[in-house]
Amino acid sequence: MRLIFEKGAFGRRGFKIPKKDVPIDAKFPQKYKRVKEPDLPQVSELDVVRHYTNLSRMNFSVDTNFYPLGSCTMKYNPKFTEKIAALPGFTDVHPLLPQLGGGGILTQGSLEVIYKTEEFLSEITGMSGFTMQPLAGAHGELTGAMIIASFHKFNGNRRKYIIVPDSSHGTNPASAAIAGYEVIVIPTDENGCMDIDKFKEKLTQDVAGVMLTCPNTLGLFNSSIKEIADLAHSVGALMYYDGANLNAIIGKSRPGDIGFDIVHLNLHKTFSTPHGGGGPGSGPVGVNEELLKFLPIPRIAKRVDGTFALDYSYKDSIGYIAPFYGNFSVILKAYAYMVYLGKSGLIDVAEKAVLNANYCRVLLKKYFEVPYGRICMHEFVLSASKQKENGVSALDIAKYLIDNGVHPPTIYFPLSVVEAMMIEPTETESKKTLDNFVELMIEAAKLAQDSPSTLHDAPKNMPVGRLDETKAARDLNLRWHSKKE
Amino acid sequence: MSFIPHTDIEVKQMLKTIGVSSIDDLFVDIKEDLKPKSFNLPEGKSEFEVIENLKKLSSKNATHLINFLGAGFYDHYIPAAVDALSSRSEFYTAYTPYQPECSQGWLQAIYEYQTAISELTGLDVSNASLYDGGTALYEACMMAIRITGRNKIVMDSGVNMTYRTILYTYTSNLNIEFVETSVVHGQSSREEIYKYLDDKTAAVILQNPNFFGAVDDHSDVVKKAHSFGALVIESVYPIALGILKTPGEIGCDIATGEGQSLGLPLSFGGPYLGFMATKKEYVRKMPGRIVGQTQDKDGRIGYVLTLQAREQHIRREKATSNICSNEALCALRAVIYLSLLGKDGLRDVAQLNYQKAEFTKNVFDDIPGVEVKRSSPTFNEFTVLLPRNADQVVSKMAAKGYALGFPLGRFYPGMDNYILVAVTEKRTKEEIVKFKESLEAVLCD
Repeated sequence: MRLIFEKGAFGRRGFKIPKKDVPIDAKFPQKYKRVKEPDLPQVSELDVVRHYTNLSRMNFSVDTNFYPLGSCTMKYNPKFTEKIAALPGFTDVHPLLPQLGGGGILTQGSLEVIYKTEEFLSEITGMSGFTMQPLAGAHGELTGAMIIASFHKFNGNRRKYIIVPDSSHGTNPASAAIAGYEVIVIPTDENGCMDIDKFKEKLTQDVAGVMLTCPNTLGLFNSSIKEIADLAHSVGALMYYDGANLNAIIGKSRPGDIGFDIVHLNLHKTFSTPHGGGGPGSGPVGVNEELLKFLPIPRIAKRVDGTFALDYSYKDSIGYIAPFYGNFSVILKAYAYMVYLGKSGLIDVAEKAVLNANYCRVLLKKYFEVPYGRICMHEFVLSASKQKENGVSALDIAKYLIDNGVHPPTIYFPLSVVEAMMIEPTETESKKTLDNFVELMIEAAKLAQDSPSTLHDAPKNMPVGRLDETKAARDLNLRWHSKKE
Repeated sequence: MSFIPHTDIEVKQMLKTIGVSSIDDLFVDIKEDLKPKSFNLPEGKSEFEVIENLKKLSSKNATHLINFLGAGFYDHYIPAAVDALSSRSEFYTAYTPYQPECSQGWLQAIYEYQTAISELTGLDVSNASLYDGGTALYEACMMAIRITGRNKIVMDSGVNMTYRTILYTYTSNLNIEFVETSVVHGQSSREEIYKYLDDKTAAVILQNPNFFGAVDDHSDVVKKAHSFGALVIESVYPIALGILKTPGEIGCDIATGEGQSLGLPLSFGGPYLGFMATKKEYVRKMPGRIVGQTQDKDGRIGYVLTLQAREQHIRREKATSNICSNEALCALRAVIYLSLLGKDGLRDVAQLNYQKAEFTKNVFDDIPGVEVKRSSPTFNEFTVLLPRNADQVVSKMAAKGYALGFPLGRFYPGMDNYILVAVTEKRTKEEIVKFKESLEAVLCD
């Protein structure tokens, strides 16, 4: 499709701005004026509406397609939470209002939403308190890693290393590195969990923390998690819980009870706020009692009279990690979702998410290699290693799924599995949808055997075929230029 | 019902297929000692009840205030089409476009966003967006450190205090030396910046308009910084760029800023939009997602995420940043906003902001004891000296229905009587005149 920049006509406008009603004709000083005007589109409102409406139709989305993208929890996003987030009483609040003298009283509604969300999340995870400030999961990880650093500094020695398993998300080591740590990677054992003997070898007084996802990215719950936590604690290291996979265990297990000291959650995964094409997300961080004092400021406090206020009184806090109190409208949607589901609803989420994953796993294990074939949690990993022998890769299968209206699983992750396909159906998908998906995957497996070239040519039904990514990175074209330049 | 479609019969069938007799059998790995010690949550509510409950909460926010509060976050009008288009669930229920063939809509929209940001800032290339203006400034600072291999930063104290504080938090575990320079007569102190600039300096960080609303032409600072091999980063206000000299025009190396004013509601602080643009030669050092144009084997044009080798999912601990997302939906709103306003509209909105702020200054001149600071030109926000403590005046004005502005004493010692007042295109002449009368009355009390 042509770009919005290519659709206009000189002098066309898409928006009427108010007439100047102030009796003044001040000239913006020439010295500070931009010389070249920006080459922005010159289009009508209909041009814009048609353009972006048509672009929207060139995407797969949860509302249009099954989207079993592993580790991303692409569940249905309810509509009532959108309605709540659009209430002017929430959208029109300036974030600095509560920071003005006596201003807290002007934003009691928003402060209460944040406070109550923190309460919910604390109970769900078994932590003592939360900050809602981190703006994404990786931002939460960085916040957590900084809390780890502050804790150890407070105790006299910052320490040097953070341990992660090789199945971890790439953000874990990246966040640890940005917080100033060196990363030690532990391999996966034959059961799909972090190799505990290798872990013991690397665990020293220099280790500041251990970052784990539980269930891990292979969809497996590590039964030895408590032993790992005890070992880490025995050398004074902190246990960090990456909450990417919390959907599997809500109401079934709580990180705080099984030895984790810090957790981050992804509200856009577990708590059903829309992924927005890659953001905005929200990555709140919870900690145990001992670490509360290190949480970012300001925190939200409830006063004895029942009102809420910003609290800056934490002198050991890591400081400010975001301009304000987090991605408020995302927090609001997650809060509404939790209130709606309540206790039984949330437990049901975990149960059906795990049921759906196991159902698909069992139906597919005859056709694809399952590296760790035991009962999984909310997701599982297949390998296309059998198909690879015939020249068909996980990528080929992914493109075949696209041609048939299904968003592919996460592929080539975790890195510890060759030709990995990580499948997370989520709880909101029906048996019928899963059956169709399974059928399609079996079809792909058959084609891999009988007609590999069919898969190599996919996708054929999309606006474009497979795109040349090497060319994209080599001949960088990152923006449009007008012809006259 | 939790948006879960399973009937009891289906659950039984599925369990049978799996080969277990109950749901509990699926949770065998969670042994007794790993089960929750407590899960004390209320039971669920109906959609109607939740909405009513939250409507009540929303009414506890004072959204009736007529807004003259800015300080980096502004009350601009949002055209209805921005909401309508960004509410298309084909956009908002999709995820990061890892699979380009079924994400061309998103990828093209981001490519258009990158173009708009490049045009706005006058720089060569933009990324696909970052969390917000503050974290974008931090990422720019780290980028300059990577490019130069140096670790000293000279930062103007006219940079938003919140952003400066975020920078200090993030770099507290790294070996980076910060020097802050003063604002003199409203603008960046050249004298101090030049004093601290040396061959260890990675970057000079500036803001335009600065926190006090003053505009500046930093070309001279850029020349001087470059002579020491240091980069210059300018944090900018995108609406002002409708008329203001761009980072590109003055030779800046990296521009960042808060994109909230491009069609995003204030929403109590988020989600917002961090933007970043830079020169061509630095693109491979830029953090965040980037979309590029390419072709399929039949020569059809398409878009993909590119330069991913910089990113955490490939490079892990050696990545340029830990960021694994962008604020895509906010970036979409921004490009829709900029498309609707267009070339002429953006300039006109910027002009209108400027005119209304200048008018407000003149009106304020008539209030006895109030002094509008005019040592340097401003865009749509300016500093006013009040005859008494600004924080107290702010709370009295709130009682009269106005958000008066930001009391500068909160961030700058010795400025307890100063207030920062913002006037956007939404403020009418009538509102401004009544605002002035209310302020006059409050000050007479």
